[in-house]
Amino acid sequence: MSDLRDLYQQTILDHTRKPRNKHEMPNATSTADGHNRLCGDKIRLFLKLNAGVIEDISFTGNGCAISTASASMMTEALKGKTLADAQPLFELFHTMLTSPLDQEPDLEALNKLAVFSGVREFPVRVKCATLPWHTLQAAIKNQDAPVTTE
Amino acid sequence: MTTTTTKPAVAKAAKAPAFDSAAIRSDFPLLQTQSHGKPLVYLDNAATSQKPQAVIAATARYYTNYNANIHRGVYKLSVDATAAYEAAREKVARFINAPSAREVVFVRGATEAVNLVAATWGMENIHSGDEIILSEMEHHSNIVPWQLLAHRTGAVIKVVSVSDGGELSLEHYAQLLSERTRLVALTHVSNALGTINPVERIVSMAKARGIPVLVDGAQSVPHLAIDVQKIGCDFFVFSGHKLYAPTGIGALWAKGALLEKMPPYQGGGDMISTVSFAGSTWNDIPHKFEAGTPHISGAIGLGVAIDYLGAIGMDAIAEYEHDLLLYATKQLMRISGLHIIGTAPEKAAVISFIMENIHPHDIGTIVDGEGVAIRTGHHCCQPLMDHYNIAATARASLAFYNNREDVDRLVAAVEKVKEVFS
Ligand SMILES: Cc1ncc(COP(=O)(O)O)c(C=O)c1O
Repeated sequence: MSDLRDLYQQTILDHTRKPRNKHEMPNATSTADGHNRLCGDKIRLFLKLNAGVIEDISFTGNGCAISTASASMMTEALKGKTLADAQPLFELFHTMLTSPLDQEPDLEALNKLAVFSGVREFPVRVKCATLPWHTLQAAIKNQDAPVTTE
Repeated sequence: MTTTTTKPAVAKAAKAPAFDSAAIRSDFPLLQTQSHGKPLVYLDNAATSQKPQAVIAATARYYTNYNANIHRGVYKLSVDATAAYEAAREKVARFINAPSAREVVFVRGATEAVNLVAATWGMENIHSGDEIILSEMEHHSNIVPWQLLAHRTGAVIKVVSVSDGGELSLEHYAQLLSERTRLVALTHVSNALGTINPVERIVSMAKARGIPVLVDGAQSVPHLAIDVQKIGCDFFVFSGHKLYAPTGIGALWAKGALLEKMPPYQGGGDMISTVSFAGSTWNDIPHKFEAGTPHISGAIGLGVAIDYLGAIGMDAIAEYEHDLLLYATKQLMRISGLHIIGTAPEKAAVISFIMENIHPHDIGTIVDGEGVAIRTGHHCCQPLMDHYNIAATARASLAFYNNREDVDRLVAAVEKVKEVFS
């Protein structure tokens, strides 16, 4: 097995212990629920959108270290960004986690989110890291139905 | 050496397992393998069990030496295959002390057995406004088929509550039993908590009102000696793969009189007596419920697994596993911040636990890195998880091939989890 330290990086553990932007948002313009059936992770994402800009973003819920840290770092990465910025970041993040191990992901463009690159060596945990991002997609579409990672 | 010097050893042996756990372990090829470069410690027996060489060899022998369809050919191969398949049915019947092998229907597993009963007996006997009693600790496979039936018929599902320690509330159960109750369907042993339910009492309380009872034996059959007549239930279901047998085979036992009256489940070959476009007639039980070519090798493997367990003895297995459960419980409880979910006095060797500020999924991944396989998640018991207000637990479920060293490896791996998150 690849080293657990690749998975549980200090940055990830820090966000797990002290998640940023973890609170409800009464004046959200859009919310969505995400659910990972495998481990029971549940997340609710809140967005405050204004003319294509993510003015505020937060989440609540219960999840594993990976999904909690992923949600926390996603909110940090996206606050103040436009939806147009968010989409390619989601795609990069997704590609990093799902690309074959011999392909070097574009870690530079991912900036801080590159700490999740170790997750791809733990295939069953990839969904934990992507759950917040899939939930974001749902919130952007403002779907009411909860998304799952299936 | 005098004879007296052997006495302490004998006295010790009386307390120790009644069988040779090292020899048993060597019967299971998969337990000799490594995981992540470490000797595998397999502690997910409630999900599925490993298979002894005898079972693996028996299924290979069928395919190598006498593979043929059953109940159809006049040639020797088919006769041999049919005999082996039907002999397995006899073994299942004896194993659960069913009065007759006619009452044993081979199915894919516990899930299919519950669905069979719901779709046949249920559709005939349960009507709008009728009540079905389940419990909060049921596996989804003993919930959803009844929900489907309730949806079709307008029946109502009532749920017996579970105490914080993980025991069924018999008072609540007594309150739920009514003139409208048409069926009680409960698990014998909880896969998520390990609780052994007092099924004989549960059945007799229902019987006092003439209500039929289905017992889900998926988790009890591998760990306890089963006597369906003593339990007194009407339906009993289990899966072979949790009983050291192949996947895709299991059994439904039901009282003959009920099976006779129940309509067929699926239509096809083997389940008919005559077929014409004017109408068809059904084969005798249990064949009426076994449409199509069944899992012949699986049934044969199940029979061999039962022989294997019989040679050891289910009482000896239960005693050994109970001892191991006590040891594992004691060792895990020493870990600060670890809480065991399910502390009923009567338990099978299942230990569900949670850790403060650490999600079960992270526990599972880190423990796996140490070569220890445990289950993490809701264990197909979401209503039960909701009861405890948790999303998931980590679960170690033991079998008779596990030993104290396995438990020690688990404990060390859990300590490692704490280290990562410290
Ligand atoms: C209590 C209980 N009932 C039913 C089942 C369903 O068994 P299967 O998936 O083999 O049909 C399980 C399996 O996990 C179980 O633990």
